[in-house]
Amino acid sequence: MVRRERLQHPAAWWLWGLGLATAASRTTNPVLLLLVIGVCVLVVSERRDPATANMLVPFLVIGLVIIAFRVALTMILGNGIVGDTELFTLPRIPLPDWAANVRIGGLVTLESLLYAVYEALRLAAILACLGAANALASPRRLLRYLPATLYDVGTAVVVGLTFAPQLLADARTVRAARTLRGHDGRGLGELARLTVPILETAFERSLGLAASMESRGYGRAVTMTAGGRRLASVLALVGLLGILGGLYGLLDASAGGVLGLPLLIVGGLLAAASLVVGASRDRRSGYRRDPWTWTESLTVLVGALAGAVMVTGSAAGWNGLTPSQEAQLPAVPLPAVLALLLAATPAVFTPRPRRAT
Amino acid sequence: MISFDHVTLHYAGATGPSLRDVSLEIPEGELVLVVGPTGSGKSTLLRTINGLVPHFSGGTLSGRVTVAGLDTATHRPRDLATVVGLVEQDPAATFVTDVVEEEVAYGMETMGLDPTAIRRRVEETLDLFGLTPLRARSLQALSGGQQQRVAIASVLAAGSRILVLDEPTSALDPVAAEEVLASLHRIVHDLGVTVVLAEHRLERVVHHADRVVLIEQGQTSELLDPAAAMAVSAIHPPVVALSRLVGWTPTPLSIRDARRRAGELRDRLADQAPQDSRAPVPGPTPGPMGQLRPRADSTVVAAADLAVSIAGVKVDRAGRRILHGIDLGLRQGSVAVLMGRNGAGKSTLLGAVAGQHRLAGGTIRLGRQGIDPHASAPRERVRVVGLVPQQPELLLYAETVSAECVAADRDFGAPDGTTDALLLRISGGLDPASHPRDLSEGQRLELALAVILAGSPQVLLLDEPTRGLDYGAKARLGAILAELAATGTTVLLATHDVELAAEVADRVVVLADGEVVTDGPARAVLSASPAFAPQVTKVLLPQTWLTVDEVATALGQTA
Repeated sequence: MVRRERLQHPAAWWLWGLGLATAASRTTNPVLLLLVIGVCVLVVSERRDPATANMLVPFLVIGLVIIAFRVALTMILGNGIVGDTELFTLPRIPLPDWAANVRIGGLVTLESLLYAVYEALRLAAILACLGAANALASPRRLLRYLPATLYDVGTAVVVGLTFAPQLLADARTVRAARTLRGHDGRGLGELARLTVPILETAFERSLGLAASMESRGYGRAVTMTAGGRRLASVLALVGLLGILGGLYGLLDASAGGVLGLPLLIVGGLLAAASLVVGASRDRRSGYRRDPWTWTESLTVLVGALAGAVMVTGSAAGWNGLTPSQEAQLPAVPLPAVLALLLAATPAVFTPRPRRAT
Repeated sequence: MISFDHVTLHYAGATGPSLRDVSLEIPEGELVLVVGPTGSGKSTLLRTINGLVPHFSGGTLSGRVTVAGLDTATHRPRDLATVVGLVEQDPAATFVTDVVEEEVAYGMETMGLDPTAIRRRVEETLDLFGLTPLRARSLQALSGGQQQRVAIASVLAAGSRILVLDEPTSALDPVAAEEVLASLHRIVHDLGVTVVLAEHRLERVVHHADRVVLIEQGQTSELLDPAAAMAVSAIHPPVVALSRLVGWTPTPLSIRDARRRAGELRDRLADQAPQDSRAPVPGPTPGPMGQLRPRADSTVVAAADLAVSIAGVKVDRAGRRILHGIDLGLRQGSVAVLMGRNGAGKSTLLGAVAGQHRLAGGTIRLGRQGIDPHASAPRERVRVVGLVPQQPELLLYAETVSAECVAADRDFGAPDGTTDALLLRISGGLDPASHPRDLSEGQRLELALAVILAGSPQVLLLDEPTRGLDYGAKARLGAILAELAATGTTVLLATHDVELAAEVADRVVVLADGEVVTDGPARAVLSASPAFAPQVTKVLLPQTWLTVDEVATALGQTA
C-alpha cells in the first residue's frame, strides 16, 4: 500500500516520545537505555520533519556532556558506592573534620563509575526521547493545537521562538559593526555600549511585527465576554498544571502515587473543558489541520505500551530493570526489550514526510 | 475607494504636521504611485489608509479618511484587514508564521473563515503568485523577491481589495524587482485590485502607474497623469531627465516609449563615441562628477598601484561556502561597483575585506603597505579600511548627532571637530541635537559615512548605500564618492542600483554564486547586459551612453 507523503500529527509524535521517556525513566539498565536511544535515532532518521533542523543531535550531545560530567564528578567526589574492583587512586585532598562526609580525590572503583554512567545514561535517554519528539514534529506545529483560549500564549511563544535566534544574530551584527569603529567589542564597558543598539533593533523589530499583526487582523475574531474568557483561561491553566504535574509523576518514579496517572487524567479533562468553553466563542479557524488516522493512534499506542510495560515491570520488580551494583552484565528482561522494539515500528508504518522542495 | 478629506496629521512631539490638509479621491482599480523625497510624509500617508496612523503610531489626525466606506476613525487596523493590505519594504520583519502556506492562510485564520474556504483560497493564491513550488518552504530561506511576493499574496488572500505597498522593491535586485512588479501588474489587471505604492526607484515603477500623487512636506498634489506629473516632478527617473533634455512631449515613461522617439537623437549622437568622456582624454569632461576625476577604463593595473588585492578568497558562513575563490585587484583612487543577485556574496566579500569574516582560503592585502586586515587589530584596521554597513544605524550609538561626532573623533583618534567638519561637507548640516534614529535614511547614511571617514581609511567600502535614498541624496552620494576617489581613496561599493553604478563606477564586477562572472570597465559591463543596463543605455543602444549628463555634454558639443 502506498501512503500519501505527509507529516504525522505532532501530538502523536509527542505522545509517543512521552511514552518512550516514561519507559526510560523506569530503568537504569544500560542495554535497555541504549535500546531507547537507538529507537529514537532510528525513527528520527526515517521520519524527521525535513523542513527543520534535526534537534535530536543537540539533545544527544547534551546527553553525552551529562554522562561525562557525572563520571568526572564521581571520580573526584565519589558517590557512596562501595566496590571491589579498584581502578586507580586519585591524590586525596585533606579536608577539615567538619567536612568529614565529603571527600575530594581518593580511590576510584569500577562499580561507582558504572553506577554513575547508568544514572546519567537514564537522563540522556530521556533527553533523547525529547529530542526525537522535537525532530519529528517541531514544537511550533504542536503549538497550533493549543486550546483556543491559550492562543495568545501560543502566539507569544512562537514569536519568542523566532526572536531569540534573531536577537543572537543582531548581537553578532552589532558587535561586528563595533569593530568598524576601531573597538574590538570585548570587555564589560563594550558590552554595555552594545546593549543599546541591540535592544533598539529588537524593539524596532517587535514594533514592526506588532504593527504587521495588527494590520493583518490579529485578535479581531475573538468576541468573548470577559467572564467567559476568564473561566476558560482558569480552566486551561489549571488543566495545564494538572497535565504537567501528572507528567512529573509519570517520569519520576519516586513521586507519590497520586501524582502521575490520576493527576494527568484530571488535568487532561480540565484542559479539554477549557477547550470546549473557549472554542465555542472563538471564530478563529484553522488551516490544514493534520488529520488523525490509524497511524497516529498506533504510534501513540506503541509509545504508551513501552511506557506501560516498563512501569509494570518496575512495580513488579523484574530482574535487571535496576541492575545490581556489581561489575557484570545485567540481566535483560525480554518483555521490556520486545516493548521497546515495538516502539521503533513507527519508523516503518507511519507516512513518510513530504520532502521540502 | 479611498478618500482623504482635509486630512492633517500631527505626530506627538513633532514641530510641524506630517500631513497638511490632504484631500484625495482614489478610484477603484487604479495603481497610484506616491512620489516624494525622503521625509516628505509618504509612509505616513500610506499608513493612514489602513489606520495604523494614528491608531498604532499615535498622533492627532484631523479630517476624515474613509476606505471602502469605512471611516478609519471608528475602525481599527484589524477591522480593516479584510479591506486593506499593507506590505512593507522588509517583508521578513512582518511575517507572523514560518512556512509559506501558513503565512498565506494566517489572515484568513484570524478572520475565522471556514477551513475549506481557506484551503481553496490558499491554493488559488499560491497559483496566482507562482508560489506553489515554495509552499512548504521556510520563509526565512526564501530570496528577497520571493518573500515580497509571499507578503503580497498573504494580504490579498485575506480578501483585501486595496493593496498598500511601501517601497516594495527598494531592497531587491533588478530581476527580483521585476518579478514582484509583474505580480502586481497581474493582480491590478486581472483582479481589479486598487494599489497605492510608494517607491524611490521610480525607474522601476513609474510606467506601471495609472495615476501619480506628488507629495512634498506633507502636502499632496491631486491625482495626476503620470506623464504630466513626471514633466514637473523634481524627483524623476533618468528616462524622464533625458526626455526633458531633448524636449520630448508627452514625457515617455517606459523604455519602449522612449526608444520609439529616440531615433533622431541616436542619429545626432551617432558621430560621437561616448568612450571619449570616460577615458582620460583632453577636452571638457561631462557633468560635475567628471570634472573631479578622470575615469580609467583599464582593469589591468600594475601591482604597485593596487590599493586592494584579493587573491583566491574563500569564505564560509554558517557551514556553507559563500565565496569560492574571488580574485580582484583595485587601483588606488578608483571606484568599483559590486553587483549581482541578492545572496550572491556581495556583502560577504565586503565583510571579508573589512576583516569581519574569517577567510577559509586566499589572501587580502590593503593599502600601499599591503596590510592584512585579518592580522591587524581593529584600531589599526580602521585606518586602512572603512565599511559602511547595510544598516548604517548599527554604527551609531550616541543620543545626538553632535555627541556621535565627538565619540567618532575619540574612537578614531582624530582631532576634535573632524567628524563634524566631514558631516558638514557631506550632508550640508544636520540638526546637531536630533537623535540619530530620528534622522531619515539618507541622513543616517551620511552621518555613518562621516563617522567612518573620520578614520580617513585608504579603502572605503559601502554596502547597499542607496536603500531608501531619493534621487537628490543619491546624486549627493555620487558627488562625495567621486571627490573621495579624486583624492586617492579607493571605493568599493555593493549595490543593486544600476543608475548609481552608471554615475560613479569606473569598473563593475558582477558576482554570482560566490564567483566573479564579469569584471570590466563600467561602460562595457553595464551596456552589455539587459539586467544591468541603466535607462539611458537601454534607450540609446547600440550606442553606449550611460548617463543623462554624458548625453547633455555630447549634445552641447554638436551644437
